[in-house]
Amino acid sequence: MALKMVKGSIDRMFDKNLQDLVRGIRNHKEDEAKYISQCIDEIKQELKQDNIAVKANAVCKLTYLQMLGYDISWAAFNIIEVMSASKFTFKRIGYLAASQCFHEGTDVIMLTTNQIRKDLSSPNQYDTGVALTGLSCFVTPDLARDLANDIMTLMSHTKPYIRKKAVLIMYKVFLKYPESLRPAFPRLKEKLEDPDPGVQSAAVNVICELARRNPKNYLSLAPLFFKLMTSSTNNWVLIKIIKLFGALTPLEPRLGKKLIEPLTNLIHSTSAMSLLYECVNTVIAVLISLSSGMPNHSASIQLCVQKLRILIEDSDQNLKYLGLLAMSKILKTHPKSVQSHKDLILQCLDDKDESIRLRALDLLYGMVSKKNLMEIVKKLMIHVDKAEGTTYRDELLTKIIDICSQSNYQYITNFEWYISILVELTRLEGTRHGHLIAAQMLDVAIRVKAIRKFAVSQMAMLLDNAHLIASNTQRNGICEVLYAAAWICGEFSEHLEEANQTLEAMLRPKVTTLPGHIQAVYVQNMVKLYASILQQKEQAGEKEAAQEITQLMIERLPQFVQSADLEVQERASCILQLIKYIQKLQVKEVPVAEEVIALFAGELNPVAPKAQKKVPVPEGLDLDAWINEPPSDSESEDEKPKTIFHDEEQRHSKPRHPEMDEEELARRREARKQEQANNPFYIKSSPSPQKRYQDTPGVEHIPVVQIDLSVPLKVPGMPMSDQYVKLEEERRHKQKLEKDKKKKKQKKEKRGKHHRHNSLHTESEEDIAPAHHVDIITEEMPENALPSDEDDKDPNDPYKALDIDLDKPLADSEKLPVQRHRNAEALKTPESEVPPVEKKSKKPKKKEKKHKEKEKDKGKKKEKEKKHKKEKEEKSKDKKKSKKKHHHSEEEMAESVQNGTLDDEPLPPMSSYRLLAENPYIKTTYDIQGNLQNDSQVTVSVIFENKSTSFLKSMELNVLDSLNTKMLRPEGSSVHDGIPVPFQLPPGISNEAQFVFTLQSIVMAQKLKGTLSFIVKNDEGSTHEKLDFKLHFSCASYLITTPCYR
Amino acid sequence: MINAILVFNNHGKPRLVRFYRHLAEEAQQQILRDTFHMVLRRDEHVCNFLECGSLFGSPDCKLIYRHYATLYFVFCVDSSESELGILDLIQVFVETLDKCFENVCELDLIFHMDKVHYILQEVVIGGMVLETNMNEIVAQAEAQSKLEKAEVSGSVWGLERGAQVWAQGRLGSGYHAGASVLWGGGRRELVALRVSQPAHPQGKAHRVGAPHWGVQGAASMQVLLCCQG
Repeated sequence: MALKMVKGSIDRMFDKNLQDLVRGIRNHKEDEAKYISQCIDEIKQELKQDNIAVKANAVCKLTYLQMLGYDISWAAFNIIEVMSASKFTFKRIGYLAASQCFHEGTDVIMLTTNQIRKDLSSPNQYDTGVALTGLSCFVTPDLARDLANDIMTLMSHTKPYIRKKAVLIMYKVFLKYPESLRPAFPRLKEKLEDPDPGVQSAAVNVICELARRNPKNYLSLAPLFFKLMTSSTNNWVLIKIIKLFGALTPLEPRLGKKLIEPLTNLIHSTSAMSLLYECVNTVIAVLISLSSGMPNHSASIQLCVQKLRILIEDSDQNLKYLGLLAMSKILKTHPKSVQSHKDLILQCLDDKDESIRLRALDLLYGMVSKKNLMEIVKKLMIHVDKAEGTTYRDELLTKIIDICSQSNYQYITNFEWYISILVELTRLEGTRHGHLIAAQMLDVAIRVKAIRKFAVSQMAMLLDNAHLIASNTQRNGICEVLYAAAWICGEFSEHLEEANQTLEAMLRPKVTTLPGHIQAVYVQNMVKLYASILQQKEQAGEKEAAQEITQLMIERLPQFVQSADLEVQERASCILQLIKYIQKLQVKEVPVAEEVIALFAGELNPVAPKAQKKVPVPEGLDLDAWINEPPSDSESEDEKPKTIFHDEEQRHSKPRHPEMDEEELARRREARKQEQANNPFYIKSSPSPQKRYQDTPGVEHIPVVQIDLSVPLKVPGMPMSDQYVKLEEERRHKQKLEKDKKKKKQKKEKRGKHHRHNSLHTESEEDIAPAHHVDIITEEMPENALPSDEDDKDPNDPYKALDIDLDKPLADSEKLPVQRHRNAEALKTPESEVPPVEKKSKKPKKKEKKHKEKEKDKGKKKEKEKKHKKEKEEKSKDKKKSKKKHHHSEEEMAESVQNGTLDDEPLPPMSSYRLLAENPYIKTTYDIQGNLQNDSQVTVSVIFENKSTSFLKSMELNVLDSLNTKMLRPEGSSVHDGIPVPFQLPPGISNEAQFVFTLQSIVMAQKLKGTLSFIVKNDEGSTHEKLDFKLHFSCASYLITTPCYR
Repeated sequence: MINAILVFNNHGKPRLVRFYRHLAEEAQQQILRDTFHMVLRRDEHVCNFLECGSLFGSPDCKLIYRHYATLYFVFCVDSSESELGILDLIQVFVETLDKCFENVCELDLIFHMDKVHYILQEVVIGGMVLETNMNEIVAQAEAQSKLEKAEVSGSVWGLERGAQVWAQGRLGSGYHAGASVLWGGGRRELVALRVSQPAHPQGKAHRVGAPHWGVQGAASMQVLLCCQG
């Protein structure tokens, strides 16, 4: 014995240990990968040995390699071996490796259940501790279900070291097995008042995590936490509790009121910055929840803002950052109190720390008002110029655009200013956000009608100076703005003053160096321009000029026809032909302008991105119902049995629309129009084609104010936007004066009348009227669009399952499953039932017997009758038994629960169906079972679920056989034939089919490739579809489940 | 919740990687690299918080880190953790390492990754903070390494006994052999053999030597014994 041990030890001495491995890797810097693969080979050898010490050493090395990014899941089984070593040293190594690499997909993990249970109940607290720690990292739903009760018991362990670990792990168990929450909760609550501070802290920690996701279930704990908060001195616990209160207050404003005082006391008294900061945060949360109810908490707000200012002014960058972070929370409800610290926040923009600058930018986003928008953006523009590094500059750029465009351009009073800001931004070199600027230009020009004229003039200028923008490189992102510029100039060409010049600019040879998609827009829009010029000239009677412009187009367009970009080429050649044709007509002196311009008639309206989704189904409308009952046309249908599939089949025949005569249609249309006109929420299709030549009535009622273009477009030596700032200030001043006058008058009239204030807008803000009444066309939304964004919710939130009411009393059925030995007594007592498994197996036998009897001799009827009687008697006995049992359980609840084996508490079904493959039509899941009768066969059950609205038929499943595993096909068919699935699938229906496979070896995991082919049949016809899948036979799937008896 | 704890050096070499949510090895390495690049860009005197946004897929994820000499300690946490609290926790963790390793340096972490993990397990389990009191952490960590030492010395006893039997077999009955392990850390056990001749009145115990088993193993022991013999 001793010798053997020594031999093991000597062997061990020649193996590398962790230190050697690390040293070796460090010495092989050049060929690290090769060295490591060599080491892995050695490790594989070591893992094959019997000596557990050798194995543990190997696993320890593997853990190190895992850190370097090597997959070690192949050693999962060896890791389990090391975990089950008796020595703590090895056990610890095993659990560490497991915690690093095990997860829900590890199939051997189910082998660990009993080992872990053993370790949990080990007399050595460190064995238990190590098992708990490991479990916290790889707990699966199955492990959670099986071990929940054991861990719950550990929550009352004598050693606080175990208690606190067990408490923390319970959270992981709850996540994986939500049913355990209710039974375990009372004990968890108990632990909040554990004598050991560590255990207490752990319990607080777990409840905070739970409450963060579903706060409303934990409101009842508030008094307990309140007590803890006032008594505890542990900052860590205090922070957690205060954070928890932050989550609870929005649900219970009364709690908030109670909290304010102790929290402010803490703010004044504590020296720990972390605690102070969390207190401030929670006070803010309280104030937010109260903001509607009680306005006189200004003292608390002041205190918070004041403390935050101290944080922000601190030299410690961490505090500065956190101060800004908390400030942004106050901003949402009390923007006024933050806005007074604008200086400080603008100062933070200069900070060298990017995190802080970004936070400050975020704050600015919320701080803007109509009043200070221009000023803030001006500051930001200065920063843009100064900024080093493109990333921060890009961030600034996006923020400027965000700030200006937020909530539908709410704060922009002067769109001329905004357009000029956008134009200024195009001077940025090397930005990646050209498309953002372009999108803004397009958006503003389309939605703000009044600004179009100005926008067009600016865009024309941009086009004219295109060489400046697109000069540097092809990949310069800023040239995207030319896309917008060209489109705007083309679409709104009626506003263009010098259309000729712009057209000229667009036809320059330099344009061909732009990216393809921009050129395409150029080509398309130069025709729009051309059309409007043509019209102009024709109206003015300048035929020669019109011909000249046509000639220019014909001369210049060929450069686009040669473009390498297909889109450009296609459009250009198409248009070239068109213009050549126009030229022909022009020569014949036929007026063509009207027809050419008709090509581009009509206006494009913006449509909200979610418009279609948001149309609610009106009440009473069933989209699947028939509008008209289809006539039962054929006799054959009558012959069909009325099955459940009746409805579905009907759906596939084409619905017939009732034919309506023209008159009826016209009448209805009229009625609808009338209705729409009276509906204030119906957005009328704006009296659309507003091109000048169309004299449509109804344009007048749109309040478009003409812009006074006396403003010079370029002011030498000064960026343009500044000019607008000045003008705007003057305008505001004037407005104010006027308003003041009015007010004086009004005051006299309105005295005594109740004046309503908007809580969010400051009075001064209300005063500022936009420069011109801009008519922002809202994005088109369908009638009755839903305002909410329900579709944004995440349906598979793992924490949803933990939304459980904890105050209800616990039902018996909810008790945690406890692993028990089959109750031997229960079998002996007559009351108890025979295990159901046996029962099942008996019945068919009897039937078989009966069958045989029938065949063999019909004469022995008497005997048969006797048997019948017997059976009847038995049955009635059974009934009595069950009755008795029922009775019994009512009388003696406690006992029945103890006795109850399988029937009382069925273990949750082991749903082992795994996803096989999925596409929009069909979803397939599968499960593999060993065959009890035939060792060399397994049965694969596949569930087919029709996810589409179509009918799926002629399904055929085929698998590429491997040497080891073959699909059992009907005799006579070749190995390449598929097996037809014996059913069809109507929409939404699922069904299960079984396939048998033969095996050579069960020690080999296999992956078989296969295809499922099927025909999709719907109204439009039928298509043939295929779905590829991989059938995974793990070795564990060959296991045969047998019930165990004692 | 803490999503991950990463320790790496100034060159991005990992020294400790602990994820509390399962991720494939490649994804782990990618996060490690991304984190390293993000942290490396930052100057010394800037704040210790970094919003990582897309890194873990959840928007409220934050990196909280500290830089000590050659090592970065990075905790990746969500909004339920207090930022300043975690900063303190990193400090506690590092101080604990310092105590357990006696003046910890990067080399300790390089060669004893397993021990660092064991210490970390006393601070954070499953992404939740277990203990913040340094004395308690050190006490538990030391108790466990004591337990380990006791087990190792148990195996040393086996080794001694084995060596003794082996030597006795070589020497014959005239001699009496005794073996003791001088140092038994890991695989390189220094074994001292004492050989005495009870038959000889003057025979006193000779210390055979301290063969380095790892290198020459049994052979060298034989040589030494021959010299003595």
